[in-house]
Amino acid sequence: MFKNKGIAFKLVLFFTLSSAAIFAAIFSYNYLVSRRMIQKGIEENSANLITTTTSRIEVLLTSTQKVPQNTAYLLENTNYDEAELFKVIYAIVEKNPEIYGAAVAFEPYAFDRTKKYFAPYFYRNGEGISFKYLDRFYDYFHWDWYQIPRELEQPQWTEPYFGEGGGILMSSYAVPFYRVVDGTRRLTGVVVVDISLEELRKIVSSIRILKSGYGFLISKNGTFVTHPIKELIMNETIFSVAEERKDPMLRDTGRRMIRGETGYSAGSVKSAVTGKNCIMTYVPIKSNGWSLGVLFPHDELMADITNLNHVVLALGIGGLMLLALAVVFIARSITRPLTEMADIAGRIGTGDLEAHVPEVRTRDEVGKLASALDCMKTSLKDYIREITDTTAARQRMESELKIARNIQMGILPKEFPPFPDRTDFDIHALTVPAREVGGDFYDFFLIDREHLCIVIGDASGKGIPAALFMAFTKTLIKARASADIETGVLMGEVNDELSKGNPADMFITVFCAILNTATGELRYTNGGHNPPVIIRHAGNLSYLDGPGELVVGIMDGTQYTTRTLTLNPGDGLFLYTDGVTEAMNAAGEIFSTDRLKDVLATCAGGDVSGITACVGGAINDFCKDAPQYDDITMMAVRYDGPGDGNG
Amino acid sequence: MMDRSRQYDEVGKVWTGVLVCLIAILMTAAAGHSQPALKKITFIPQWSPQAQFAGYYAAHEKGIYARHGLDVKMLRGGAHKPSSELLEKGEADIASIWLSTALQKRSSGVRLVNVAQVVQRSSLMLIAKKARGIRRPEDLEGKKVGLWGDDFRIQPTAFFKKYSVAVKVVPQSYSVNLFLRDGVDAASAMWYNEYHTVLNAGINADELTSFFYSDYGLNFPEDGIYVMEETLRKDPGAVCAFVNASLEGWRWAFDHPEEAINMVLKYMVEANVPANRVHQRWMLETIKNIIIPSGGSRAAMGILKREDYERVGKELKEGGLIGSVPDMGAFAFTCTGYVQK
Repeated sequence: MFKNKGIAFKLVLFFTLSSAAIFAAIFSYNYLVSRRMIQKGIEENSANLITTTTSRIEVLLTSTQKVPQNTAYLLENTNYDEAELFKVIYAIVEKNPEIYGAAVAFEPYAFDRTKKYFAPYFYRNGEGISFKYLDRFYDYFHWDWYQIPRELEQPQWTEPYFGEGGGILMSSYAVPFYRVVDGTRRLTGVVVVDISLEELRKIVSSIRILKSGYGFLISKNGTFVTHPIKELIMNETIFSVAEERKDPMLRDTGRRMIRGETGYSAGSVKSAVTGKNCIMTYVPIKSNGWSLGVLFPHDELMADITNLNHVVLALGIGGLMLLALAVVFIARSITRPLTEMADIAGRIGTGDLEAHVPEVRTRDEVGKLASALDCMKTSLKDYIREITDTTAARQRMESELKIARNIQMGILPKEFPPFPDRTDFDIHALTVPAREVGGDFYDFFLIDREHLCIVIGDASGKGIPAALFMAFTKTLIKARASADIETGVLMGEVNDELSKGNPADMFITVFCAILNTATGELRYTNGGHNPPVIIRHAGNLSYLDGPGELVVGIMDGTQYTTRTLTLNPGDGLFLYTDGVTEAMNAAGEIFSTDRLKDVLATCAGGDVSGITACVGGAINDFCKDAPQYDDITMMAVRYDGPGDGNG
Repeated sequence: MMDRSRQYDEVGKVWTGVLVCLIAILMTAAAGHSQPALKKITFIPQWSPQAQFAGYYAAHEKGIYARHGLDVKMLRGGAHKPSSELLEKGEADIASIWLSTALQKRSSGVRLVNVAQVVQRSSLMLIAKKARGIRRPEDLEGKKVGLWGDDFRIQPTAFFKKYSVAVKVVPQSYSVNLFLRDGVDAASAMWYNEYHTVLNAGINADELTSFFYSDYGLNFPEDGIYVMEETLRKDPGAVCAFVNASLEGWRWAFDHPEEAINMVLKYMVEANVPANRVHQRWMLETIKNIIIPSGGSRAAMGILKREDYERVGKELKEGGLIGSVPDMGAFAFTCTGYVQK
């Protein structure tokens, strides 16, 4: 995916991403832990607040409960007439400012056998206390405050209701009382007091949680008794709100509340005031089975931590950006010289050695790379200059050598047959020069009409000195040769000449012969040269033997022997240099004197050019393509005997 | 204890009445100038404002009555203002009355006539907590059962008789609190009203056993539109205009439930009765189900079926509430002819 992206991009990406991951992990952990801590703190604080609130409500309710309870006890255990009853009820209202009204309602005909409805009721009316009978029009037997304690046979708080004028919310506490008649305990009536829920409302509305948190009270049926939103009171239950909001969790929480449980809502509850998500806690009011709910706005609870988190988040993001910048900077400082060096390496690759390697001052890997590259460039430059120089020198030398070879070749006789008018002998020579200038040479010339001088030699060493040495030797021999001179003397003179002023200690092997074409007498001297082969007319071959004498030019005053041999007409002589016998094939074998003799045996019958061609071909076949380092020179001479007349 | 709003404080009532009359006079005076053709007519529903009467409020508020040439005055019903009595006394020209109530009135000589049977199915039911072991009608044997008075007892009595169960009847008041606090084992409820009140007091539907009397061969069609014979004879056109406009109002309310509920809530707030939107929504939905029961069509709205009439008559006679079943031809009048005209 990022194969083609640069190092800087990769560094930034991976550093930033991994740092972001680490930061996110730390941030989340921090958030969760601090959230839990704050939640715990709030829970503790709210527990105190809720306990205080509920106990205040309980005190209010239980103190109210005592009044009708005591009255019921009194009515069960004493005898009383109507006046005394009125006095008691009046006193209840007069002595208890929290009580709005009180009544003692009797079962049909229980107080007076003639009266179905008997229920005196005293109630506050402005500053004073008013009285009325609850009559048949009101039909108290079917009202909750009477019917529920009657059927359940225990004191009950009624559901809240709006009192006189509709403005004040009220609830009644009703206590059934009994009399034993004919041995059975029978319900006589119900003592009831009405209280305003105003005090209770004040207590609950004093609950202030943070900015918008609030408390509310629901009745046993889930009806809102107190709530910051007035419209909800008495009109809605927690369940109708849940239905409106389509919130089963709220309904479930409401069911827990009316069952008298304590706890927290399973999920967040929307504030009816602000619409914010809240955590809701609830505790029962044990006296009347109502339930107090308190909403803690989530965002307000978390306001501090949210602020902190915003700062941490901002710092984190800022830090990440700085980190990214730093990575970019570092990456650039690495990659910029790298890019340049890559560029320069490319230029060096294409031969531009003048490219400037950027200066890197650091001693790190990049610095090392730069200095290595610089060193490489310098070395390459030097090397290439050297190579250029050498090549130029070599080219010059090669061209000189070429000229030298041409000169060398030029001084060897090349026209065959050399003496077309002579029928008494025939000569053919062949030389295959090696790559370098070698020191081989041959020569033949007529000293007079009857004397033919034949020379073959091989100067030591190679190149120009050898060529010069050879040319010098050839010239000396030609100059000194005469019809009657002994070849040994000739060789001695040449040796003496060459030995003088030969500080390089060069030498040359020379075979020199003078053939008397009239007689076939051959005088010869071998100065360290390969022995030539005599090819007799009969076909037998033999190496011209004789004790080897010293090579020419190495020692002044050397004496050379002149030997004599007689050639019959048809006999021949094959002369060669060591390039022939030492010609080497790819396997490292040399051509050898034996192989030479065998080859000559097969082709001795032909004319002289045929013999040289035959041997040359055999050497070629033997060596194939293996390069030869020495000149290959051979010369064939045949004596045909004195011709008729001048021949 | 002294629930003044439900006590209908006499002074308040008088003053409210005066005010309503004044407003009505002013409005009719104002209307009289612009549209003199509108016929004045007075209607009373049999209970205080709620979605049970949404169609009538909608017809009034949306000007459907006016379009049908009527200037309808909507009276406020309630526990102490039985609509049948107001009709009988001539305080209202048209009234919404239960079929069983109307039959008894007719039988006792009050010459009222059914001109439309709006509610086709009985929504009266008995609810019990499953936790108290009541799952079948037979389980009611010996249990305390809350029953409302008068007409509300006809179906339960026949129901108990049918299953031969003897129950302890506890007179039921306007609240279901006695039932909620387990003061009774079973209680009466209207499907569109108390049933939902119980649900909204935190009891889940699956915790309740419901006995719909209509499911036990005791379907008593409920709310119908009634006029005195005299009124019908004098101006059948106006009566049928009211019937048709009211049914149109109902159809509009079913098509625009939220708007209709808003209108109902407005009337409720004016009447100072606890107003709860979700409760009224429930009521409108369920009342739709009993006005157009499953299988019924909108076109068949408002028709009193002979078998329903005969069933109610028979049960009332057997219950000793009427001597003889009145002739349906005289009791019921259908406005279908007027619709075509």
